[in-house]
Amino acid sequence: MRLVPYAFALLLLPLAPAAAEEAAPGDGPDDGIATFTLANGLEGVVIEDRRAPVVTHMVWYRVGAADDPPGLSGLAHFLEHMMFKGTETLDEGEFSRIVRANGGEDNAFASYDYTGYIQRIASDRLDLVMSMEADRMANLAPSPASAISELDVVIEERRQVVENTPGGVFGEQRRAIQYLNHPYQRPVIGWMHEIERLTLDAAMDFYAEHYGPNNAILIVAGDASVEEVQALAEQHFGPIPPNPNVAERERVAEPPHIAARRLEYRDPRVQNPYVIRSYLTEPRRPADQAEAAALTVLADVLGRGITSVLARELRVEDDFALDTGAFYGDTALDLTTFGIYVIPNPGIPLEEAEARMDAVIERFLEEGPDPDQLERIKTQIRASEIYALDNLGSRARRIGVALTSGLTIEDVRAWPDALEAVTAEEVVAAARAVFRPETSVTGWLLGTGEATGDGPTDIGIGTEILGE
Amino acid sequence: MTRASLSAALAAATLLASGPAAVAGTEHPTTPEAAAAERDGPRTRIDIAEVTSPGGITAWLYEDHTIPIVTLEASFRGGAALDPAETAGATALMANLLREGAGDLDATAFAAELESLASSLGFSAGSDAVSVSATTLVENVEETFDLLRLALVEPRFEQDNLARTRARQVASLRSDAMDPGSIASRTFWARAFPDHPYARPADGTIETVEALDRDDVVAAHERALARDNLLLAVVGAIDAETLAPLLDEVFGGLPAESAERPEPAEAALAGEVEVIEFGIPQSVVAFGHAGIPRDDPDFIPAFVLDHVLGGGGFGSRLTAEIRERRGLTYGIFTFLAPNDLGWLYMGRFSSANDRVAEAIELVRAEWARTAAEGITEDELERAQQFLTGAYALRFDGNARIASQLLGLQIAGLGTDYVNERNALVEAVTLEDIERVADRLLDPEALSFVIVGQPQGVEASEAAVR
Repeated sequence: MRLVPYAFALLLLPLAPAAAEEAAPGDGPDDGIATFTLANGLEGVVIEDRRAPVVTHMVWYRVGAADDPPGLSGLAHFLEHMMFKGTETLDEGEFSRIVRANGGEDNAFASYDYTGYIQRIASDRLDLVMSMEADRMANLAPSPASAISELDVVIEERRQVVENTPGGVFGEQRRAIQYLNHPYQRPVIGWMHEIERLTLDAAMDFYAEHYGPNNAILIVAGDASVEEVQALAEQHFGPIPPNPNVAERERVAEPPHIAARRLEYRDPRVQNPYVIRSYLTEPRRPADQAEAAALTVLADVLGRGITSVLARELRVEDDFALDTGAFYGDTALDLTTFGIYVIPNPGIPLEEAEARMDAVIERFLEEGPDPDQLERIKTQIRASEIYALDNLGSRARRIGVALTSGLTIEDVRAWPDALEAVTAEEVVAAARAVFRPETSVTGWLLGTGEATGDGPTDIGIGTEILGE
Repeated sequence: MTRASLSAALAAATLLASGPAAVAGTEHPTTPEAAAAERDGPRTRIDIAEVTSPGGITAWLYEDHTIPIVTLEASFRGGAALDPAETAGATALMANLLREGAGDLDATAFAAELESLASSLGFSAGSDAVSVSATTLVENVEETFDLLRLALVEPRFEQDNLARTRARQVASLRSDAMDPGSIASRTFWARAFPDHPYARPADGTIETVEALDRDDVVAAHERALARDNLLLAVVGAIDAETLAPLLDEVFGGLPAESAERPEPAEAALAGEVEVIEFGIPQSVVAFGHAGIPRDDPDFIPAFVLDHVLGGGGFGSRLTAEIRERRGLTYGIFTFLAPNDLGWLYMGRFSSANDRVAEAIELVRAEWARTAAEGITEDELERAQQFLTGAYALRFDGNARIASQLLGLQIAGLGTDYVNERNALVEAVTLEDIERVADRLLDPEALSFVIVGQPQGVEASEAAVR
């Protein structure tokens, strides 16, 4: 018995004029990246790397949790689960079974601005996975029964990744007040009471509105040329007509942020309380990445490793904190955040930790970055472009995230130079611009001990043998 | 199937990451057609050279000049299992301190040197080994390897850094003690190997780590890092002639012999069900019983059997029954844990408190059914197709190749294994599976540790303590 070769008699849709527009292999620098666009709007990106006879095959849709209808948070993610539940010609679970029978791995992921499907497989099976991915782009048909058990799976997923961990709950609560109006305030997986209301019909409506070649990006990385990929894409995706329901994503906008927000979350499981503050800010924008580059470098200057500003002051020169850091989400369709955190040594009140954190930032704004550190960060940024070549999957992901977040391949290519060009003055200017209290959310994650957040308390954990 | 990318930049994550004592199966194999292609096609052959330095240090080398980087992975066998009970966690603390200053460089200067080179060095301790990884641009190989030598051979172990690093290790242990997954895993290992180093987390316990001093760290360094317990894999833009003398420069200054390792132990699991009450909405479950050592002739059939029962994720019996058919969990998987000194066959899942009892009964039922009936010819063929076809996926990229090269050495296999392994998987017959199912699967011994507030779970008397 062989599950392998698969003839699809299902893409017999009215033919769009099969044509490759603007195939542009060899555009841009010699980074092995080439692009093309099919007549039906499907964009293709190929990263050729012949080191191993393996390809990473991905389809990204420009739709995510931020597009969930009000009251149905979690819908984009639920649909992502349902995409494995069968098409007009494939049974429930058969997609994955066929991938596996061919020695491949498959998975999927959902975020605010994108939903993606991925397979890693021997390069001579690219044809097969692409034919199945094209099939479920147009012909999804899960059974109602599969939706019922899959909704239970999603509920368990929420319990596992959010509710079972204090950090998961805290992060969700912080996000909910970071955005006053924008759907980024909702969890990708959805609020529990809304997950419970999701239905197959709602998922299929969402699919009908957002899935289609004109809202998708095909990315193939590995042992394949752009010519090969484009020919296969024409064959499998080419016949799918554009989806006329696909509209530009226009999410509701944030009103001006006027008041700084604070929250405190207590959970008896918290052993190492910390303070974390995030500020609303802009991500990279098409052909306008300088400020985002400065924020990226700023996050490294403040928070990366023990030579960083926060670590030097709070961990090396003074034994005050267990850990410190800074982060910036450079890619998002709408607004993003820049943040800093301090996990103080046990017994130190978070009030004091927050005051020290503020003092470090205050002094940094006065003094600016240490030129030696800035130079080392630049060196690392240059090298990271070379290191990145080793991991095809993560190169492909970076491109997928960028292209679904409003950026172009040109922006992706220009990003290393944008980082390289950042000056010390720009880092300070970016810091001054981003640290606006009125856009901030300051969170304290605490145990259930003193208000200041000291060590562990009794929460009744103990071993017990039931049934005695 | 998915992990929604929830705000991943969470501060705590940096502290919380510390591996449980469990080590997943070293062998994670791949399809017959693809496999055939793999063996036949010259591009798919992996040629590994064995390089021996003038001083007698051996490394496996996979040379590839496509990208100007070099990756080194090393494993000093022994690891935290060498720690005496009263200084448990000393080897982990020692490993955590290797980057905190060496030779003339204090911790900050050491880190700044690495940053200037854009190189990375990592050290960590597990139950069976101290692991080392180094990545560098080819132009900085010598300087990076010299920093590696400094860290391994001339660590400063300064009092100041020791206190801070110890505090971080304790903080991480405190978090683990409140993390249901860690609790389940640690409790399971403690039950499986009582009175053995495997009963203790590699990071030690809060009590033992708090009491560690510089002498303990120095003693751990002497026990754990030597030339006789060192396995090495190097991948990337470097040839054997360049590599050989560097091996002596980096590792030649280590002592010749490491400490003697403890004796292996038999897993002492006999069907216990332990419930650890914990206030969470979903119970976290670790389960399993004795496994099979990596050098057992039946290891490959056992590996194939595990793929069908629970190791294969989607398509496996447990995932089909418990996730896909009934929606009782987000994920269930099993794995062979053939550690050097003891072997388990383990699994993990989480399920709502009011549904976990049903899930446990299903695990038991699938275990018993598979023990009694084995697997079908169709299942065997699918497993072989996947395992042989997917083997190539483990070799796309220097970092992946390096970890495979090291894993093969840990498993005691030869440099040709990579080109022979798919034939071994293909050779597995239903009779082999039946034999190994009989040896490996023991429904009576299947033991569970449940962390949460499970409803309707009967704990066994054997679990009273």
